[in-house]
Amino acid sequence: MTAGHGARRPRASGRPPWALVPPAALTLGFLVLPFVALLQRAPWSSLRELLSAPLVTEALRLSLVSALAATGLSLVGGVPLAWMLARTDFPGRSLVRGLVLLPMVLPPVVGGAALLFAFGRRGLVGGPVYDGTGFLLPFSLWGVIAANTFVALPFLVVTVEAGLRSADRRYEDAAATLGAGRWMIFRQVTLPMVLPSIVAGAVLCWARALGEFGATVTFAGNLQGRTQTMPLAVFLALESDRGAAIALSLVLVAVSLAVLVPLRDRWLAA
Amino acid sequence: MTSHSHTLPALGLCLALGLGTACGDDTADETATAETAIDETTADSGLDGTITVFAAASLTDAFTEAADAFSEENPGVTVELNVGASTALREQILAGAPADVFASANPSNMDQVIEAGEVEGEPELFAHNSLEIAVPAGNPADVEGLADFADDRLLIGLCAADVPCGEYGRQALDQAGVTPAQDTDEPDVRSLLTKIEAGELDAGIVYRTDVASTDGVDGIEIAEEDNVVADYPIAVLANAGEPDIAAAFVEFALSDDGQAILESHGFDPA
Repeated sequence: MTAGHGARRPRASGRPPWALVPPAALTLGFLVLPFVALLQRAPWSSLRELLSAPLVTEALRLSLVSALAATGLSLVGGVPLAWMLARTDFPGRSLVRGLVLLPMVLPPVVGGAALLFAFGRRGLVGGPVYDGTGFLLPFSLWGVIAANTFVALPFLVVTVEAGLRSADRRYEDAAATLGAGRWMIFRQVTLPMVLPSIVAGAVLCWARALGEFGATVTFAGNLQGRTQTMPLAVFLALESDRGAAIALSLVLVAVSLAVLVPLRDRWLAA
Repeated sequence: MTSHSHTLPALGLCLALGLGTACGDDTADETATAETAIDETTADSGLDGTITVFAAASLTDAFTEAADAFSEENPGVTVELNVGASTALREQILAGAPADVFASANPSNMDQVIEAGEVEGEPELFAHNSLEIAVPAGNPADVEGLADFADDRLLIGLCAADVPCGEYGRQALDQAGVTPAQDTDEPDVRSLLTKIEAGELDAGIVYRTDVASTDGVDGIEIAEEDNVVADYPIAVLANAGEPDIAAAFVEFALSDDGQAILESHGFDPA
């Protein structure tokens, strides 16, 4: 649904003001150079061997599964939250938004410790749950997913809320005058209208979850095949075998680019 | 005067992994500390400046105190401590991190730094340590010894296999004939200790000095024939910005005063 963007405005020439070019080029160089350096240090000759090791394949599987699960959970919980923040006016809304964004500024290690205090075996909620059912989040894949969701969810909420705020509400009003219920309007009008924002938010959320380290290692621990995701494997490999660490990072970079590059246009549409 | 930065979010790794907010904030603190130091006028020793000491995580408390005592003796001197797994510190040094002194929890990491030509002169053994089982205060899971580490029903933590405490711990388990069923391989000994202290793990193998450092855990002796003695070497680094102060700090660690501090934290003297 592109109608929401209204009539196409005349476009300024694609040639940039010359003053923007040097800083833009410099910024790009700053962002790309580290990856070039990474490629330059990569152990190309032993790459295949390094990447087929169980350490890598298991970490990659855990990373993909947990990042995807975290994105799914963030969508299910984050879109309604974003709607509440964008469309309703309740006392303390700014405070709620601040709380939602907190994981973005909190050092992830602190976030992991906070998760432990809440959902650990001796935690606020985790304690009673563990005593009652024996269920334990830390040191399990569920713990990794929880840590990823905690850290990545705000990215989705922020993006979707911004999309909702900039969406043209007249379509919703029109639907309402035509007799559509609130749920129908949300499903049939609002959701399709902000779909690009939702996709962009989900991608950001997924990317953040994929690279998550601090909260994961603090809350879920580190065990190969159970909780050791790619960033954890990279961190430990960096200390014992730098070649392997770089090889692992390249996989992470490749996977991310494979998702981020095709989604570029969608993203910009938001 | 001591400032602190934990290695987990060490700068180089931050860049490699994109750890975000967990990293980098220390720089501001360090600059602040350095500035206050410059204001103080030099006294008798004639030493004036700031040194950075890279110390094994197990030395955290002892070296914090030693650094304070050292800068008290030399009022113009500020000691900045960067503590973490010796392996991580080694990698940082090899990657060109600005460090003046390296104190490792085992000789092999020091040897690799020597091989790379990064050590000035000869390293000296300045302390010894041994292992102990740490359990949460009160030992809620009734852990009795290394044999319990094979119990799948317990939540067991070790240090990662590549860091010294993990290497020593596995050696002890091996000597006891125990195949551990651990739930996490922590990146350094302090993070393992933290999880035991929080009651999230039932037991872990740490250094005797770690048990002595906190009331939050109880120690269980490891039989002498299974235990491992950890040797701690210290050296001035070849690229030290302040080689004279660095040498004085090493000398202090080996002096009666320095050794007394180390002993008060449970280390055996050189």
